[in-house]
Amino acid sequence: MEDVVPILEEVAPTHPSLIDTEHLLAERYHIVNVPTILWIDEEGNICRPHDAQFGTDTFTAFHGKRSAPYLDMIRAWVRTGEGALGRDDVRALAPVPTRESELARVEHALAWHLSQQGQQQAAERHFTRAGDLAPLDWTIRRGSMPVRGLNPFGPEFFALAEAGQPTYPMEEVTPTRDEG
Amino acid sequence: MPVDFSLIYPDGRVQVQAEIEAGRVRIAPERIGETLGWQLRDEGLCRGEACVPVRDPDALVDERGIDLETLAEVLGVPLALDSEACAAAVGTAHSDRANSLATLVAPDFSLPDAAGRLHTLSEHRGKKVLLIAYASW
Repeated sequence: MEDVVPILEEVAPTHPSLIDTEHLLAERYHIVNVPTILWIDEEGNICRPHDAQFGTDTFTAFHGKRSAPYLDMIRAWVRTGEGALGRDDVRALAPVPTRESELARVEHALAWHLSQQGQQQAAERHFTRAGDLAPLDWTIRRGSMPVRGLNPFGPEFFALAEAGQPTYPMEEVTPTRDEG
Repeated sequence: MPVDFSLIYPDGRVQVQAEIEAGRVRIAPERIGETLGWQLRDEGLCRGEACVPVRDPDALVDERGIDLETLAEVLGVPLALDSEACAAAVGTAHSDRANSLATLVAPDFSLPDAAGRLHTLSEHRGKKVLLIAYASW
C-alpha cells in the first residue's frame, strides 16, 4: 500500500487502480506473472485471456515485446470490438490451473499470512512448499521475494529467470515481438 | 484445550477455536459452516442443495469438531496446514473452479482503491473492462 500510493499520485490515472494485498486476483484468475492483462466484454465474459503485454517500452530489451502494437490493439477493441476472440479460442488459450497449482496457491496464502504475523520461520516453510509446487508461478516465487528478504530485481531474480519463465499461450498469438 | 487458530479461505480469514492433537486440527462444525459454507447433515456435507456423501463420518467429526484434513479430502479442496503455527488456508474445489472457468464469466471481485473505496468488477457490466494485474514491488 505505502509502495503504490506515490506512484498513483504521480501518474494520477483516470481508471480505478485497486490494491490487492491478499493476492486475490492471482487466486481468482490463476495469474502466474505480472503484468497480466485480460479483456472482459460488456457482458462480463473474458474475451481475450491472460496475456503478458506492456504499456511502455521500459523493459523491452529484457522481454522483447513492444508496447505500440498492443496499445493499438486495445484502441481498436474499444472502438470496434476487433481483437476479441471467439469463445472456443478463449477456452483454448486461457491458462489452466492444476491441482498442484491450486495447492501452491493455498500454501502461498498460508505463508503470506504467517509472514504478516511475524512468524517468518513458519512462513518460509510454506513459501518454499508453494514454490516447489509451482516453480513457474512468479506471483509466488518473485512476488514473495520482498517479504523473504530477497531482491525481486537482484541476483535471486536472475537465477529464477534462468531456471525458466512463466508464459501464457496468448503470448504466442499477440504480435508484439519483432520478427526475425 | 482449544487454541486460537487462523483459518484463511477464498473470501477472507477468521480466528476460530481449534482442538489440536498429534498434528490433527479439529474445528467446530458451525464455524466451518459460517466460513466455508458447508453444513453437516444426515446426507453428508451440504452447501445449498448440493451434498457430498461422507464415507467415514467418524473420521470426519467427533465431539471435538470436524477434522480439517479429512474435510479437505472429502470436499476435494486444496488445504495448506501448519498445526504448529496454528493456521491453515483452504481454497476452491478443483471441480468448482474448472466449471466456473468453462463459463468464461470473469470471476467477480471487490478490491479497494488507495482511498479505501471498494470497487466491484460486476459494477462495470455494459462496458468493456481491461483488467491489468501488476506489481509495485
